[in-house]
Amino acid sequence: MDARNFTYMFYGFLAAWLILAAYVAALAGRERRIRRQLDALKRLLEDKEKERR
Amino acid sequence: MRGKTLIVLCGLAAALLARNLYVMLLELPDEVSQGPIFRIIFFHVPAAWTAFLGFLAAAGGSLLYLLHKELRYDAFAVAVTEVGLAFAAANLATGMIWARIIWGIWWTWDPRLTSMLVCCVLYAGYLALRHAVEEPSQRARAAAVVSILACVDVPIVFFSIRWWRTQHPQPVVWGGGSMDPAYWKMLFLNWIPLLLLGAVMAALRTRQEGWQREIEALRRRAHAL
Repeated sequence: MDARNFTYMFYGFLAAWLILAAYVAALAGRERRIRRQLDALKRLLEDKEKERR
Repeated sequence: MRGKTLIVLCGLAAALLARNLYVMLLELPDEVSQGPIFRIIFFHVPAAWTAFLGFLAAAGGSLLYLLHKELRYDAFAVAVTEVGLAFAAANLATGMIWARIIWGIWWTWDPRLTSMLVCCVLYAGYLALRHAVEEPSQRARAAAVVSILACVDVPIVFFSIRWWRTQHPQPVVWGGGSMDPAYWKMLFLNWIPLLLLGAVMAALRTRQEGWQREIEALRRRAHAL
């Protein structure tokens, strides 16, 4: 009983941190995607403005 | 929040967590009737408190949006909702693992567990709604209303173990339950790093919403040219 009790305690800690880590990973992925889109749009606008001139 | 501030807060949270884990595992004794599994409470309860704080803050941000129509309040609301939902999921997961050992079951349709699950579903619905509405101000308005309504469930979850007969342990904060002072102290001490992490994640997410608005503005400019 004690060993199983201890094991489940670690499963509990692991579950909590895995969920939070998954959210942090999602945040990081979203940040990379947003930065890429932002950079691409800024470059596109620069090119369009150059063409207008 | 600036980058360096976020790094400092993360470092502080990590240091506190490391210290707390050391005390939790090596210094605090096992609880008499539950054994080592009792230590899950030091993440389970603070995760719930952090989630509730996030949901209440989201309702505040949503109300401010409805009053002032500024999208930065909407950005704040979605950020703290997502963070709150992550902590609520951690709370449910740790509760289920604890319940497997103590009650012998993963889940029961107990008022506390059910109302917390309903809370998670409501806020997941809030996030799904945001994906369904494209126009930013319409999305913000609809989401704000849902956020304020969903927040009604937070006190229901909190007071469920007082209002209804429940299997869930009685409240140790302002309640009929009791806890050793050493455990009390650890409960609050372990809340601090979770709050710090929550604040960092919310700050990063809010910043991302700002960039998203910038992307939308740049797209409109690109179409106009």
